[in-house]
Amino acid sequence: MLSRTADNLYWLSRYMERADCLARILDVTQRLAQLPAAYGGSTNEWRSALLTAGCADLFKQVHGEETNEQNVVNFLAFAPENPSSIRNCFEIARTNARSVRTALTMEMWETINSAWLELKRYSTKDMTREELARFLSFVKETSLRFDGAAYRTMLRNDAFWFSRVGMYVERADNTARILDVKYHVLLPDSEHIGGPLDYFQWASILRSVSALTSFHWVYRESVKPWLVADLLILNAQMPRSLTSCYQNITRYLDDIAAYYGRQGSAQRLARSTLTKLGNSRMEDIFQTGLHEFIDSFVFENNRLGSTVTEQYLL
Amino acid sequence: MSVAFDEMTNADGSIRSAYTALARWLSNVPPDVLDFRRKEAEFIFRRIGITFAVYGDSDAQERLIPFDIIPRILTGTEWRRMSRGLEQRVKALNLYLKDIYSRREILKAGVVPEDLVYQNPAFRPEMNGQKVPHDLYVHIAGIDVVRVDSETFYVLEDNARTPSGVSYMLENREIMMRLFPELFADNRVAPVENYTDELLATLKSVAPLSASSDPVVVVLTPGIYNSAYYEHSFLADKLGVELVEGRDLFVRSDVVYMRTTEGPRRVDVIYRRLDDDFLDPLTFRPDSALGVPGLMSAYNAGNVTLTNAVGTGVADDKAVYSYMPDIIRFYLGEEPLLKNVPTWRCREADHLKYVLDHLNELVVKEVHGSGGYGMLIGPRADKAQIELFRAKLKQDPTNFIAQPTLALSTCPTFVEEGIAPRHVDLRPFVLTGSDRVRIVPGGLTRVALEAGSLVVNSSQGGGTKDTWVLEES
Repeated sequence: MLSRTADNLYWLSRYMERADCLARILDVTQRLAQLPAAYGGSTNEWRSALLTAGCADLFKQVHGEETNEQNVVNFLAFAPENPSSIRNCFEIARTNARSVRTALTMEMWETINSAWLELKRYSTKDMTREELARFLSFVKETSLRFDGAAYRTMLRNDAFWFSRVGMYVERADNTARILDVKYHVLLPDSEHIGGPLDYFQWASILRSVSALTSFHWVYRESVKPWLVADLLILNAQMPRSLTSCYQNITRYLDDIAAYYGRQGSAQRLARSTLTKLGNSRMEDIFQTGLHEFIDSFVFENNRLGSTVTEQYLL
Repeated sequence: MSVAFDEMTNADGSIRSAYTALARWLSNVPPDVLDFRRKEAEFIFRRIGITFAVYGDSDAQERLIPFDIIPRILTGTEWRRMSRGLEQRVKALNLYLKDIYSRREILKAGVVPEDLVYQNPAFRPEMNGQKVPHDLYVHIAGIDVVRVDSETFYVLEDNARTPSGVSYMLENREIMMRLFPELFADNRVAPVENYTDELLATLKSVAPLSASSDPVVVVLTPGIYNSAYYEHSFLADKLGVELVEGRDLFVRSDVVYMRTTEGPRRVDVIYRRLDDDFLDPLTFRPDSALGVPGLMSAYNAGNVTLTNAVGTGVADDKAVYSYMPDIIRFYLGEEPLLKNVPTWRCREADHLKYVLDHLNELVVKEVHGSGGYGMLIGPRADKAQIELFRAKLKQDPTNFIAQPTLALSTCPTFVEEGIAPRHVDLRPFVLTGSDRVRIVPGGLTRVALEAGSLVVNSSQGGGTKDTWVLEES
């Protein structure tokens, strides 16, 4: 297939996944911010949302230091000046979709196109919490529909594999970032690790990735930081975990390699990350520091992205 | 202006035969059902994203072309007569282009004035003496035809560059079959959906001799911001070929390749929807970022076929148009089967004088204009507009032609106030391959939605209709 087509499919899936992640970040932040002050509810949740989404610096350039619910929601969801706002994700996804319409199925196109049309209905100013909640669930549903449409209707060929690789690279990045929210929400000094505030924060994170029920099924214990991290990093049963993402990335890159009859550095890199995850233990991760682990994972994941680009998409 | 010929209803109120079943259906169907289905059609079009961009209209970057749910109908007999005329005309266009870029017999014979070729901005000196595969230039033509009475069809315009609109012909049929299956049960409508198969066969038939037995065909688009982008992607999709932009192609040793995830792949036939000017920055506009550097040298080396060929614009402007009957006679020794609209060439002094004296009756058009821009419709123009054109004409007469205001036929159309007659034209598509000419029965009917308006162009508020050719049972 055309390199440009593969590139467009890859990024199209990344942007649809990213929109979903941003919606989830906003969701979890709102939950955290609503914790009653008696539970030590702090004031820096909205700032942490920006850090998690990776656009704190840009926000500072545009808005300065002041962060509050309104300006952060607007920045992450709608701001045209934020290239990764949900609105821009949908815009870019649709632009990409238009240039690869021939590689998309009708169902995928219709999902993107109708989301893009629907987006216009949400006014950005003075959105009530209820409207925002509706908007966020619209975003999540769109990603679900897109994912389902791709899964159910695409031919199993390189077009499908490239779009899946894009989706899982983005998802791995997003899971890592959501997990990192916890690092950015500093616990107040008086609060004990494992105390009620800590509990609610970890539970919110699980909820934001629709994993709270899964957590109970898997661990049959109350929410504990190392178990949450285990679920989202190492547990292969959990479809958002880094391990699961890399199993998929490896698999689809191998499909591509088999189809083209040639392995390359992208395949090697993905496999080495998967092996590393397989050899990791939670104790070690917490020993070296969860934040540091996530940081280096995000770096490796980005490297895979650029390797895929060099190998196939130029 | 006389009362226009209506395609459904005769002056005495009787229904013309082609429309019998439709008229019966229309008289039975409640208006709210029609309205409901119209809305449904619009909803489907918008969801599929069949849109077009209007230049200079940033507010509505993507608009829908209004679709009218009442079909326009031709009988098989009418169609066969027309299609013979279309084939004849496109044959002559191809012979003319071959001649213009080689021996120029027609200029030597004095049939067409030289400056119409040499002064023509669409003339490509680069094509002089250049052999093109199978001597074909216009593989895909869109010939605009209007009807003025039950017998007479006029050719209004030849489109020999990159005619568009065929996706609407196909989508309109698709949507009609979805919305009104009962109508198709009552009428034997010739199918059009094989158009893309015919197009692919045509494109493959004109591959260069050096191509493999299964030539690689691509559609070349200027990109998503082009007004006809939807059509480009639609066609590539239906043809099952790659939709490429200039940056997806490169030329090495006079061979064209596309960049794929598996490395370079040779390209044999490029159905290009990009104007000549932008094709190759090394030959034409150096600032074109849309083209492929070196494409023309690959073309000249005979390693790739461009459809349509480079330089076809020299055959389809409105000044050349007026010579088409002579061009047909010159190359084919036949009388034209389809008439031209009587045309005054303002380049000729006596014609210009007539035109200046009758501006309020005539339609004046720019020779190189298209899309309904830059024209004067005398009977509808106010004094100021007429004077403006008078000045333009005097200043640069060669740039204009004039035609009588035709009473274009009307067809029943579903508008605000109900079903009312509106003026229509027709663009059938003529495919010319190395083996034969292919024309699917039908075309794109464009309709001027405003009462009395004669401007059918989509950029100026025109709509489209499904076009039926009835097969006699």
